[in-house]
Amino acid sequence: MLRYFTKRLIFLIPVLLGVSIVIFAIVHLAPGDPAEVMLGPSATQEDIGKLREQLGLTKPLYVQYWIFLTNALKGDLGRSIKSNAPVLEEILERFPATLTLASLGMLFAITVGLPLGVLAALKQNTWVDALCSFFALVGFSIPNFWVGLMLMLLLSITIPILPSSGFDSWKNLIMPTIVLGIQTMAVIARMTRSSMLEVIRQDYVRTARAKGISDRLVLTRHILTNVMIPVVTIAGIYFGHSLGGVVITETIFSIPGLGRLIVDAIRAQDYPVVQGGVLFFALCVGIVNLLVDLLYAVLDPRIKAQYRSAK
Amino acid sequence: MTMSEKTVPASSGSGGALREKRRSPWWEVWRRLRRNKAAVAGMTVVILLLFVAVFAPLIAPYDPNQTNIKIRLQPPSAEHLMGTDNFGRDMFSRVIYGSRISLYVGFIAVGIGAVFGGILGAVGGYYGGRLDNFIMRCMDVLLAIPQIILAIAIVGALGTSLLNLMIAVGISQLPRYARVVRASTLTVRGQEFVEAAKAIGASDTRIILENILPNCMAPIIVQSTLGVAQAILAAATLSFLGLGIQPPTAEWGSMLSSGRQFLRNAPYLTFFPGVAISIVVLALNIFGDGLRDSLDPKLRQ
Amino acid sequence: MKDTLLEIKDLNVIYKTYEGTVAAVNGVDFALDRGKTLGLVGESGAGKTTTALSIMGLVPSPPGIIQRGRVTFAGQDLLTLPEKDMKKIRGNRISMIFQDPMTSLNPVLSVGLQISEALVAHQNLSEAEAERKAAEMLEKVQIPGARYREYPHEFSGGMRQRVVIAMALACNPRLIIADEPTTALDVTIQAQVLELMRSLKEEFATAMIMITHDLGVVGEVCDDVAVMYAGRIVEMGSLDQIFGNAMHPYTLGLFRCIPDIEEESSTIHPIEGLMPEPLDLPKGCPFHPRCPQCMEVCRQVVPEACEDNGHRVLCHLFGGGERRA
Repeated sequence: MLRYFTKRLIFLIPVLLGVSIVIFAIVHLAPGDPAEVMLGPSATQEDIGKLREQLGLTKPLYVQYWIFLTNALKGDLGRSIKSNAPVLEEILERFPATLTLASLGMLFAITVGLPLGVLAALKQNTWVDALCSFFALVGFSIPNFWVGLMLMLLLSITIPILPSSGFDSWKNLIMPTIVLGIQTMAVIARMTRSSMLEVIRQDYVRTARAKGISDRLVLTRHILTNVMIPVVTIAGIYFGHSLGGVVITETIFSIPGLGRLIVDAIRAQDYPVVQGGVLFFALCVGIVNLLVDLLYAVLDPRIKAQYRSAK
Repeated sequence: MTMSEKTVPASSGSGGALREKRRSPWWEVWRRLRRNKAAVAGMTVVILLLFVAVFAPLIAPYDPNQTNIKIRLQPPSAEHLMGTDNFGRDMFSRVIYGSRISLYVGFIAVGIGAVFGGILGAVGGYYGGRLDNFIMRCMDVLLAIPQIILAIAIVGALGTSLLNLMIAVGISQLPRYARVVRASTLTVRGQEFVEAAKAIGASDTRIILENILPNCMAPIIVQSTLGVAQAILAAATLSFLGLGIQPPTAEWGSMLSSGRQFLRNAPYLTFFPGVAISIVVLALNIFGDGLRDSLDPKLRQ
Repeated sequence: MKDTLLEIKDLNVIYKTYEGTVAAVNGVDFALDRGKTLGLVGESGAGKTTTALSIMGLVPSPPGIIQRGRVTFAGQDLLTLPEKDMKKIRGNRISMIFQDPMTSLNPVLSVGLQISEALVAHQNLSEAEAERKAAEMLEKVQIPGARYREYPHEFSGGMRQRVVIAMALACNPRLIIADEPTTALDVTIQAQVLELMRSLKEEFATAMIMITHDLGVVGEVCDDVAVMYAGRIVEMGSLDQIFGNAMHPYTLGLFRCIPDIEEESSTIHPIEGLMPEPLDLPKGCPFHPRCPQCMEVCRQVVPEACEDNGHRVLCHLFGGGERRA
């Protein structure tokens, strides 16, 4: 088993390498010149040239990439053009807020989405089902930044009970959590419903009923354990997705997280921060996928056996 | 030629009976789709919105870009159904015109993603081996970056314009089409009619275009319908962040963004464009769901 | 004195579907004595499984509705019993073995847990006691008790069916309903499993309803036989009566389907035609379109049962206790 995960971890390396190439290419295709950006419009041509030399921008692109890569492997992602602070430091400073948000969003998505899907499936083809399914579809379709603004309008302006910005108390977390989690919640609800309908018809559920055990046990022990397997897959995929969502959430609610760091960096053409930030996001996505795989093994003994036999 | 006629290998036989048979799978899909009330409602709304987008100049009561400081920030009224913004522009007209950009961006971005992703998937699936492996690893790389962040980075690099927005959203959606087409290609590749086409010496390009792609149409159509919905959302998100369509163009995301500072005093500036986005995306999703169910009756409950 | 364990009277079950109403079980009557085995024979769709599910109170609803009838088990009418009380009977005093062992075990739970949960539910055993008892049950079906913690995918088809049998016997039920327990298994395994079931049935002194379409299986384990066709029992009697003196043309047809190895000719004689569409039963006797001895009356009138010394048959060829043909 450990072998399997070591293997998976090693597979992550080429992906991250690919990401580093992609993001390096994207950033260096940008028309703006960082040296110009740094020095502002009043700078002389001479100063700009000097700075370019200093930043290594006069070297050929592949040399620049090589320098970037070797430094990145040493944990050095360069320095921010704007603040001159090491990029990794900036990222790590912002990361806790983003991680908190992403985890809370996921927690919200599961605690609301799962029961919603279960309820819809148990009441299949009734108005309860229709309502739950429609709610999920709406959650999947409305833009989350709009949800954020509307929540703010309702809960910070009309009935001022929650603060509209900042990151100081638990009250600051409520609206961002909903905004970040709503799409994932909808996806989980839909997946849970269809998975439930599939599992409910399985022979082993009938076998369980024939044993005369309580309905609650049939649901939790026999049905939900099987329902969870595809739901976890989807939740894992959408966790990466919702990591992207922090860009929105953090912007709307003025939370100093990683998403805002990247958006601000793009606006300011602060390319080392963009590179480092995106690479860091990709690393997070990779790790989440690995954790999902681990969770599979816990949920499904067949998968566990596969992992064991995998070389 | 319609695609339904292509779903059957280029056989020599023709005539009424065979033609009837060829049409039937898609006819069957249409029949099932019609019975799905939600899907029909979704489709109707989508068609209605296309109509609104095309005939925007006839429907909109005012010029969407006509500023008039004297009537700025007016709440909804009989003259201005959705109020006016901080430049005194009629919000209703701007929302109507906004449908043009949203649908345009949605369809073109999906077009870009589906065409390039489709080609990559078909080529990878058809040839297999190292090429396939390489393509799929590249897709894994794109998938490793959260979609919206990838799109933001691309727009950031290329600069903000309508075209760049569509390219960014298209590229960020590319992997899913590549995967869907590859999966279908793999199932079709081994079938007899492909072997037969090879045997009569058809070129690979021709086999892919004439035999393989038409047989992948069902999943591509479903994926594209849902993809348009997501592309519209992504484009609006980028515009909202100031990285997409720039003011003063009437676009829902950027309208929301500029309305945001007036949230307290003029909430209708953010309310209506958001409703518009939600309706389009919801309709497309409902329609896409229905389409998927009709194309794959096994999934239907 | 008759020692009746289970009595079914005039059971009628329908399924309401979009296409129409299907009469799945149509006035089924039979009784089963303690410790005896009844074979319920017929083609797929004859209503055997629905009859079994009615006894268990597990007819899927919707679309199934038990229209009328009585299922009396040890003096209790199961059809009017509240669900709460039915749960105490299910898996405890009546248990069921389903057809396909590959799908009837939950893939994500250990076999031990799946056996012990009935014990925990019905016998108030602690987890540890239930675990010990479940391991004991595994041994009874010739699986090492140490494999308690293994998962279904680690067992072969025949072993899984033995796990299912262990599950059904765990609470020492008075009645076991086995729904085609060997159909999904390899022929060589079939005999083993059947032998195991027979010996365990003796050991536990349970009554059994053996649902099958295989008359060979019936001949090996059953005391009585009921033949079902299109939701009705068309012929019923003791094993000797049915095997020695089958009367209904359908039963005779079933026997002709078995290849006889002692006879030189290698032809088998399938019954012509197919089971009628359950949505569209023919008028009169439902078997008449396929019956080689079909008469005019068969096309018009549904036959009534006639009985002679416990041998019951539902056919116009017989009436008033006498054979007319």
